[in-house]
Amino acid sequence: MSAETLLPWIPVFPLLGFLVNGLLYLVAHSKLGGKDAPLGAHGHGGGHGDSHAAHAADPDDHGHGGHGDIPFKAVHTWIGPVASGLSFVFALLAILSWWKETGGHREVVATLWSWIPMGTNAGWFGAPDFTVDVAFRLDPLSALMLGFVTFIGTLIHVYSVGYMGHDEGYGRFFSYLNLFMFSMLTLVLGANLAILFVGWEGVGLCSYLLIGYYYTKDFAADAGKKAFIMNRVGDWGFLMGLFACVAMFGTVDFGKMFSAAAATPATYAAGGLVTFACLALFVGATGKSAQIPLYVWLPDAMAGPTPVSALIHAATMVTAGVYMVVRCNVLFRISHEWALKTLGEGASVWGLLTHDASFVVAVVGGVTAFVAATIGLAQTDIKKVLAYSTVSQLGYMFLGCGVLAFGAGMFHVFTHAFFKACLFLGSGSVIHALSGEQEMTAMGGLRSKIPHTYRTMLIATLAISGVPLLSGFFSKDLILGETFLQGHPWLWALAALTAGLTAFYMFRLIKMTFFGEYRGPKETWEHVHESPATMTVVLWILAVGAVVVGYVGIPNFIVPGGNRFEAFLHPAFPALPPDWTPHPHQASHALEYGLMLGSVAIAGLGILLATTFFYKGSAPWALPAKVVAAFPNAYRWVRNKYFVDEAYEAVFVNGLVKKGGRLLWEIDARVVDGVVNGTRHLTVGLSHVSNWFDRTFVDGAVNGVGDSFQAAWKGYGKLQSGQTQNYAFGMAAGVFALVCIYIIFA
Amino acid sequence: MITLAHFVGLSFVVFTIGVVGVLVRRNLLTVLMSIELILNAVNINLVAFSRQLGDLTGQVFSVFVIIVAAGEAAIGLAIVLSLYRLKSSVNLEDAAEMRG
Repeated sequence: MSAETLLPWIPVFPLLGFLVNGLLYLVAHSKLGGKDAPLGAHGHGGGHGDSHAAHAADPDDHGHGGHGDIPFKAVHTWIGPVASGLSFVFALLAILSWWKETGGHREVVATLWSWIPMGTNAGWFGAPDFTVDVAFRLDPLSALMLGFVTFIGTLIHVYSVGYMGHDEGYGRFFSYLNLFMFSMLTLVLGANLAILFVGWEGVGLCSYLLIGYYYTKDFAADAGKKAFIMNRVGDWGFLMGLFACVAMFGTVDFGKMFSAAAATPATYAAGGLVTFACLALFVGATGKSAQIPLYVWLPDAMAGPTPVSALIHAATMVTAGVYMVVRCNVLFRISHEWALKTLGEGASVWGLLTHDASFVVAVVGGVTAFVAATIGLAQTDIKKVLAYSTVSQLGYMFLGCGVLAFGAGMFHVFTHAFFKACLFLGSGSVIHALSGEQEMTAMGGLRSKIPHTYRTMLIATLAISGVPLLSGFFSKDLILGETFLQGHPWLWALAALTAGLTAFYMFRLIKMTFFGEYRGPKETWEHVHESPATMTVVLWILAVGAVVVGYVGIPNFIVPGGNRFEAFLHPAFPALPPDWTPHPHQASHALEYGLMLGSVAIAGLGILLATTFFYKGSAPWALPAKVVAAFPNAYRWVRNKYFVDEAYEAVFVNGLVKKGGRLLWEIDARVVDGVVNGTRHLTVGLSHVSNWFDRTFVDGAVNGVGDSFQAAWKGYGKLQSGQTQNYAFGMAAGVFALVCIYIIFA
Repeated sequence: MITLAHFVGLSFVVFTIGVVGVLVRRNLLTVLMSIELILNAVNINLVAFSRQLGDLTGQVFSVFVIIVAAGEAAIGLAIVLSLYRLKSSVNLEDAAEMRG
């Protein structure tokens, strides 16, 4: 089959899976009545909940079993992962046939139907032709995303079978997960910004549903709302960008938009229109991909089940922002060149920030990477550390995109998906083993008890730290090198420092979790067990991925043509006219090797520091305590995440919502109430008129009919006297009359 | 000389008396007797025209009418009797249950 016919089938399977799982769940739980109400009240069944509250509130929760059978469990177990697996198979088939048909140089677009067919009303209200099709597009970029989203998605479905096995909401979980896969595939495959936006909102909804999966817990419900509202702010930006694109290009189709932009960049760049569109789209990306200032929802999103954290909040959904920026790379490149042209040489940082959307992306990415990494240093919740690590790594990706190394950014998306999914699932395995414990202060010494988890997490940690020859090394080094070579030494320094911090906090996590003495309660220690095979096998697959996937992007200066990844993606970056193309930077191999060695050295330093810092000598906590004592304020700020949540609370929640509420109250009391009361008076007046009309005419007519029948009854009723002779008289009179008529007229 | 007109005249007078009796008298027995008068007026007519036309069918017919009148008198008197048992009266005005 051709790629075009295969393409639309890819998202269909998860959608069917969602429907089947969801309906079965509804059927089961409407029949059983209140059995599952409140849903998931026992957190994670087995007690390995993602919440301490679940654990503390439920002292009877004693490990496994204890709950009755989960209805349709076998069906959910098969439908959920198989739906995702079929998507993976079809995605592979589609990519293979696409490769055969085009050699990867050309996109394949499958148009299903017309969604907003304004083109048929050309000239209507003077509007130009405008159509939005429901169409899917397969090109190098979406092929890449498609491949790893379906692959990792399927693995995490399998992992969830083990992880969520004891949860009452098993079916609900799989229906949400399938719906997520459907939305994510829509996002990735969408051939225009509008379809991408549909998927974008879909994954946002699923993120909300899954963060608030344990919705009887306040913090989970709140975290879900927080994520949803933060994303709405971003979506506003996305919509502004979308409308700007409609205004500029008269279409939202990627192919048409970008070929028009690449043909005549000057027309679109004039007046900073492209820069505005890019910045607006980037606001959307900061929401979805958790960048400053909208990053605070992602750490809270860890209230959801761990497979969700791995799939949605680490590997796939949060990279949607990066994907979208890379997708719109033409616009960002034009914005960059336009800024250089208008500002000339030696532009100030402020000038760049207001003219060059790419520079904004780079700065936001770099600063987010650094800030999140520092916060990660002092967190003790294992999932929070990983969450801040994700924010930090996403910052790297945006840094790569911002310095116009879109390939490098995507490469990091790709490798990050593997090692971060592995880390999250590993942390899930740790939490599972410790019956719900997430605080690293209550862990330690787990190395021998859960060896598979330990080994896979160590591999992934080495990868994320940038240890040479593992995947994270290639992608991170590419971003760092490009940042320096594109002339941003300060951003490079920040990112390199962040690389050191990353190595440090990741090894801190490993040390605190797997080394030293166990610090938790004794009875938990006795229950510590390695996770079931569905989980460990997935961990190993991802760990192997974390090692090998980097080899598709060996830097060209080491092996000429080694960066196959970049070459594969190349068709996704259409050429601009020569005067809009930056001069290729000439870097000596010595410089490139030097940069690489520098970043390796910094990462090595971070690892060294972390390994010596914790558990050294007789007093394992002496050194960290000394540092904390030396810099109490710095520690306080980092530990409390720079009080950003509190600042947002004060400014937006209290300031705008509560104080601003006073203003709104005044408006409400005067204007809205005035309108409401006016409407009321008008309505009352009108109702009097209606009342009169009703009584007079409508009732008149109705009663009139009744009255006339009553009167008729009174008259005619008298005829039926019961006196036989009256009837006889009638007959006789009738005969007499007939005879008379006969005589007269005959 | 008694002509056909005399018979028809007599028949008319008897018929009229019968009809008026049916319509005005309240006593059921009187009404029955008035019906007999009507039937006999018809019989006079039938016999007169039978003789006038020389066709015996009319006379045969009048015999039928007499038989039917006998049956009618028997059933009528039976009804009157049961009415009397029910109402202790043979007054037509008392049998007005069907008044609307």
